[in-house]
Amino acid sequence: MKPANELELAEAIRAATGPVRIVGGGTRRVGPPPAGALLETGGLAGISLYEPGALTLVAAAGTPLAEVEAVLAEGGQRLPFEVPDLRGLLGREGVSTIGGVVAANASGPRRIQAGACRDSLIGVRFVDGAGTIVKNGGRVMKNVTGYDLVKLMAGSCGTLGVLTEVAFKVLPRPEAEATLTRGGLDPVAAVAAMSQALGSPFEVTGAAYVAGQVRLRMEGMAGSVAYRQGALAKLLGAGWDVVEAAQSAALWQEIRDVTPFVGQPGAVWRLSVKPSDMPQVLALLTEAQTLCDWGGGLIWARVPDAGDAQAASLRGLLAQIGGHASLLRASAEVLATVPALHPEAPGVAALTRGLRAKFDPRGLFSAQE
Amino acid sequence: MEMPKIDAAIVARKPAIVAALQEVLPPDAVIFDEAEVRAYECDALTAYRCPPLAAVLPRSTAEVSAVLRICHQMGVPVVPRGAGTSLAGGALPTGDCVILGVARMNAVLETDYPNRFIRVQSGRTNLSVTGAVEADGFFYAPDPSSQLACAIAGNIAMNSGGAHCLKYGVTTNNLLGVTLVQMDGTVLEIGGAHLDAPGLDLLGVICGSEGQLGVVTEAVLRILPKPEGARPVLMGFDSNEVAGECVSDIIKAGILPVAIEFMDRPCIEATEAFAKAGYPMCEALLIVEVEGSKAEIDEQLALIIEIAKRHNPVELREAADEDQAKRIWLGRKSAFGAMGQINDYMCLDGTIPVSSLPYVLRRIGEMSREYGLAVGNVFHAGDGNMHPLILFDANKPGDLELCEAFGADVLKLCVEVGGCLTGEHGVGIEKRDLMKVQFALEDMEAQMWVKDVFDPKWLLNPAKVFPLDVTASRRAL
Ligand SMILES: Cc1cc2nc3c(=O)[nH]c(=O)nc-3n(C[C@H](O)[C@H](O)[C@H](O)COP(=O)(O)OP(=O)(O)OC[C@H]3O[C@@H](n4cnc5c(N)ncnc54)[C@H](O)[C@@H]3O)c2cc1C
Repeated sequence: MKPANELELAEAIRAATGPVRIVGGGTRRVGPPPAGALLETGGLAGISLYEPGALTLVAAAGTPLAEVEAVLAEGGQRLPFEVPDLRGLLGREGVSTIGGVVAANASGPRRIQAGACRDSLIGVRFVDGAGTIVKNGGRVMKNVTGYDLVKLMAGSCGTLGVLTEVAFKVLPRPEAEATLTRGGLDPVAAVAAMSQALGSPFEVTGAAYVAGQVRLRMEGMAGSVAYRQGALAKLLGAGWDVVEAAQSAALWQEIRDVTPFVGQPGAVWRLSVKPSDMPQVLALLTEAQTLCDWGGGLIWARVPDAGDAQAASLRGLLAQIGGHASLLRASAEVLATVPALHPEAPGVAALTRGLRAKFDPRGLFSAQE
Repeated sequence: MEMPKIDAAIVARKPAIVAALQEVLPPDAVIFDEAEVRAYECDALTAYRCPPLAAVLPRSTAEVSAVLRICHQMGVPVVPRGAGTSLAGGALPTGDCVILGVARMNAVLETDYPNRFIRVQSGRTNLSVTGAVEADGFFYAPDPSSQLACAIAGNIAMNSGGAHCLKYGVTTNNLLGVTLVQMDGTVLEIGGAHLDAPGLDLLGVICGSEGQLGVVTEAVLRILPKPEGARPVLMGFDSNEVAGECVSDIIKAGILPVAIEFMDRPCIEATEAFAKAGYPMCEALLIVEVEGSKAEIDEQLALIIEIAKRHNPVELREAADEDQAKRIWLGRKSAFGAMGQINDYMCLDGTIPVSSLPYVLRRIGEMSREYGLAVGNVFHAGDGNMHPLILFDANKPGDLELCEAFGADVLKLCVEVGGCLTGEHGVGIEKRDLMKVQFALEDMEAQMWVKDVFDPKWLLNPAKVFPLDVTASRRAL
């Protein structure tokens, strides 16, 4: 099924008799497809509103992400949350759509400063499991009228409904960027440096740690970036190098897309913890390749793809210190025994079940990955 | 404003309800004397009052849970209350409800600078959250004008904003986690010091749910390092259109000021008479504030002033020092007070796309003449959140109703141009019956499912947000 508009989509959902699998532009798994009738949103495409002076953009959910980014770039603006491109990491191909980005709440390095996808999302339209068209939020950035289903839909991975339209608050694209780097740091020293930088007034928009190197990014007007980079280097002490412009951007693309893991074998974990807990988690991951973002709060780990892929030890630790661990990539054997998503506490799981039963009474969307 | 009929059966059981509450709370935490409960009869929407059956002032999550379990068992509605500064009637009681006030729960539980968060009990006031971290160079960003009085609990329930949200976002963008007690007494931890749990974003829908999903007892809030400095510039224009274009051009130029505030002539005149801030007498005035080091501020302001000059400002005043900066803000900060000197006022809160600003202001002017009620406009221009202040005389029969009708027309206009009924104050009872203007029944139905799941008996703050006829069958359960 590839409906051409919202009404057709609603009709298709009403007519559905069994599970449907929602696909944006078709970033799909290489390998056998999961169960469910295919429902493509690619027919719902196009940017219906872009007002640079109001920092707003509204697009149909099936619009390719690249198109949204290109239109914004022309207006000197961008999506604030730095959308990751995980196709390489996850071994997928196809075109990312803006609806898919929202459904996954996909947010990159700038998440710590500009917020996640859900923070920039100001409006949605979707079709629920009964085939009813629902709208929430709108096209203005301050809106507390009724419950915020916009947030609920962001990151719901299509389990509550099929998104048909999304609206964003966008931000100016800064004229300059620079990154301070320093190598040879152990996890404890790395998290200390990142915390110090993020606790400074110099507006760090990225703080990552990979292969012993800490990277701290600043963005903005040229004079401001030059000033802040100098001031931060002074605050942190000797040993920091400066990388500017395109070279700086390349460093962050690598973090955003987890490039060092691409093409490498193994299972891949994505963990979110309190930044200062990062060294403790890394200490468990002795056989892993790791990459840390969000000041240490986001940990990517590539571990041997066997047994439980360290699920018991990782989730055991997180049960004590807080946080969550999702298995983003693993063999079928591992996934047969390890739940990919971090298990929810019973009370939270009950609410999730309740909401899914309301929005999707026939369980049509239960097949979403 | 219509409120549901008081359930006489519940009122008749008052002695038993009070006795049960007294069993789980210390004596001074249960208020049931008819004179004493009057302290809770309204919030800042003072036109509407109703004393509750009783009020409780618990000190801990465990006490909140015990109270809710009792009310759940006995079928008594509960209205959560922070500091009672809601302008929408969010904390307005019904005669058969228990007010659950969190004002005594105001402790700081944890401050963590390396991870940049603070954990507080929800009754703590907004300003005192910043107060707890300020000496160490941090602040809590959302800053409603009521920040001296309002509680984090109310901020979360209303998803409150402030003058600086163009840059820092509103409450939901600065909230990391909550401890939530459900109506049946279940205690849940949602979110926490780490970011973005997978699964449904329950935190996102709890924020802004106006006390209808659960009682928030603790919150984990993001704190930010204080900027090195800030400086405003004031500019006057001879028309609202030109001021609106100037705002749009500043944003299009790639600058993101922390605040862009807008005042129109009636508001400027009232403010001048009251606060004598030395504002120019013109049609529209903008205050634009930027942050950073001195050099960064200079860089941004130079660009902003260059843009402003293209629009032939009648006045352009950059603050040379702290004192001048204070004077520039003085008028804006006293705007509400100044309007209040003239008469009673009703403060609206609709949001519009910034591009519709000139049209909406012109229409409000026309309506003001039609209704014969004066109105002043002061608002956050960067994000389109309007605050028209309609003046009326509470002692003059019929004036409040006239003012409400005028207000409703303005909010309908906001929706008509693509905006919404409320940008930061919430729906409460005030905009409840206008929800149908913005939402189809299906849209509201989807929202009410969330309440069905969190509070199946519809006992928490049940008479708010959705039109009473829409919720009637659910409330009757
Ligand atoms: C002079 C003035 C200026 C204002 N300026 C602004 C402004 O700039 N920006 C802005 O956004 N607002 C503003 N407001 C509105 C108001 O201050 C905010 O809505 C504020 O967040 C309310 O907080 P409160 O603690 O007083 O909540 P209350 O008025 O006590 O309650 C508000 C809502 O929160 C619910 N609630 C309270 N406690 C809890 C809890 N523990 N758990 C769950 N729900 C709860 C209540 O049931 C009610 O629905 C202003 C108000 C005044 C009087």
